[in-house]
Amino acid sequence: MATLVFLISLALKPIMAADTSAGPPQARGTSPGVIGEEVAVPTQAPHVPPPIKRNHAAKVTVSLEVRELTKRLADGVEYVFWTFGGDVPGSFIRIREGDQVEFHLNNHQNNKMPHNIDLHAVTGPGGGAASSFTAPGHSSQFSFKALNPGLFVYHCATAPVGMHIGNGMYGLILVEPKEGLPPVDREYYLMQGEFYTIGQYGEEGLQQFDMIKAVDERPPYVVFNGAVGSLIGDRAITAKVGEKVRLFVGNGGPNLVCSFHVIGEIFDAVYQEGGTTPNQHNVQTTLIPAGGAAIVEFRVDVPGTYVMVDHSIFRAFNKGALGMLKVDGPQNLLVYSGKEVDASYLGKAAEAGGESEKKLASLKAAVAQEIRSNPKIADLNKEIQVQKGKGVFLQTCFVCHQPNGQGVPDQIPPLAGSDFLLDKANRERIIRGILVGQSDEMVVNGKTYKNPMIPLNYLSDEQIANVLTYVRNSWGNSSDTVAAEEVSRIRRETPAPKANPYE
Amino acid sequence: MAALILLVSAAVANAGQTPAGMAAIPAGLYRPFFRTEADPREVPVRTFCLDILPVTNRDFLEFVRKNSRWRRSQAKRMFADESYLKNWAGDLALDTNSPANAPVTYLSWFAAKAYAQWKGKRLPTVAEWEYAASASPTRADGENDAEFKRQVLEWYARPAAVTLSAVGSGRRNLWGIHDLHGLVWEWVSDFNTAMVTGDARADTGLDRQLFCGNGTQGAKDLGNYPAFMRYGFRSSLKASYCVHNLGFRCAKDL
Repeated sequence: MATLVFLISLALKPIMAADTSAGPPQARGTSPGVIGEEVAVPTQAPHVPPPIKRNHAAKVTVSLEVRELTKRLADGVEYVFWTFGGDVPGSFIRIREGDQVEFHLNNHQNNKMPHNIDLHAVTGPGGGAASSFTAPGHSSQFSFKALNPGLFVYHCATAPVGMHIGNGMYGLILVEPKEGLPPVDREYYLMQGEFYTIGQYGEEGLQQFDMIKAVDERPPYVVFNGAVGSLIGDRAITAKVGEKVRLFVGNGGPNLVCSFHVIGEIFDAVYQEGGTTPNQHNVQTTLIPAGGAAIVEFRVDVPGTYVMVDHSIFRAFNKGALGMLKVDGPQNLLVYSGKEVDASYLGKAAEAGGESEKKLASLKAAVAQEIRSNPKIADLNKEIQVQKGKGVFLQTCFVCHQPNGQGVPDQIPPLAGSDFLLDKANRERIIRGILVGQSDEMVVNGKTYKNPMIPLNYLSDEQIANVLTYVRNSWGNSSDTVAAEEVSRIRRETPAPKANPYE
Repeated sequence: MAALILLVSAAVANAGQTPAGMAAIPAGLYRPFFRTEADPREVPVRTFCLDILPVTNRDFLEFVRKNSRWRRSQAKRMFADESYLKNWAGDLALDTNSPANAPVTYLSWFAAKAYAQWKGKRLPTVAEWEYAASASPTRADGENDAEFKRQVLEWYARPAAVTLSAVGSGRRNLWGIHDLHGLVWEWVSDFNTAMVTGDARADTGLDRQLFCGNGTQGAKDLGNYPAFMRYGFRSSLKASYCVHNLGFRCAKDL
């Protein structure tokens, strides 16, 4: 029967439903008002397909391919992602209210698992899950009518559901209302999700799914768009001063609720929970449930880098839930004077390492000693340190010191061209400052700075060595490297700060 | 009555005569991982024999040599879909992606069943397969062996390899069986019974029980994700499907 219907719809394809009223009744055919056919072109995050220009419903064919792929979760960390379309989050699908959708789910032949799709935009049991249940190397087709406009999550609903979602099987489908959405200058797609790896945050190598952490809801990673750093540095989203920006923000979960916030912006309008009414204005932080979405809109008035976070803030700075919006254009000193200081972020103080870590550290020290005796390797090693250090900087330091190290006048000392940073006499004080915090006055390039810096001793010796090597060799700075062993030695010699600085 | 006694004595007489390449699995109880309210909590499994290794490409090549209607070009689409033996070079030729000692895959339930019959054997049931596969290398109740469970889960977390490893490379379990985990999925005779009572999947509505909210209600041990995945996998199959990492092994009554 299914085959028969499929054949009929194929046969009717050239007719284009312009004269549906006159045509023969179809088995599962097009509803009244559905005119023409098109093929949806879903996009990878952070991109969004263009607004729909049609003023009528159409028959839309949507195809998604499920791939199980090993990809980057963080620098040096890989994970086997289960994806809709090859990336996390899944491709963004844009259709119009009333559209008749013919959905094809293709499960790549090299996949291990069966998969399906539950689109929250579908009215019907399972949201398409049962009808799209597909073995590896097979393909399923089902059709639905987009009755309700809004921004909807889709996800895999194959047992065990938590694992399929936890491995990255979610995305967004926008059903544009008949009247369309108000025009904006930029549209972007973000989706939060957690990853439950056996290793802790940053532990290198191919990481496996940890079902115990997933059940306990203790993810080492909470990220936007499938990986730590997928929206920072040169992957940041962009806009120009004066433009209106619309973000389609989803939350795949599987467990956590997202407190979505853009540091330094106020949402002019929020379509809460992905509905079609901009029912709230002037919002700082909007809550996005797991398996839910929101549309936020704001005009960018001041140039600079705006940091998008899950304001459950440890997730942002310690687990990866952080992205950037870079805004170019002329300053507007009336709106913003330039003294940008975000709230101080006080990181946790990690416990000292165990026996195995100490053993590893001594072995690594031996390797490093060998390497240092070879100048060619040392040069390459410096480049590696700079690259790795950039990742640490863009995750941890840039919020205060700014992405290009220029600091904030009178508040945060610059790193670029800093005489203090490059003076050999300060080397140990700087390392210690990162480990235990920095509260003494400091004179940099002739100016006095009084703001304290919080301890960042949850960073590993290697991370501290790398970030220092990065800042000492970036933005025109040129200096030598800092070795992890040096940080390690100073850490040993320095009493740890209190576990909780508020106590 | 006499016949019954005869049967019992025959069974006793045969005990210990395990066919070559097979291992005897002692009788026991299988507790279904997933069941509806109407299903029994425990299913008795009688003593049976199970192939020590999955069926290899070499084994299956011999079968198609002698059973021409199961050659790649001859098999009816109704009984084996268009992926049937697609990693072979031809009707009677293996390829680099189908080494002789690797498990045969890309074959349908019908083809696996025909092979088993040709061998004078049969496919194991879900209960038999799951019962045999629940043994770790050291104990019959592998579900209580955390290290074993971790190793089993490892396979599901790895991406699929294009070329499969040789059979027998995995560690043998308590019953002497290799590769029940970590190499391929395996066909079982009643692969579709977990969700299906009627003659068609779609009209029973039962297959939705593994999706979303309903998916966990019937499950025994939520931490046993691998068993959950096997149930999910089996219920996605139709008997004509040929899948790249789905193979089989045979069973036999003792």
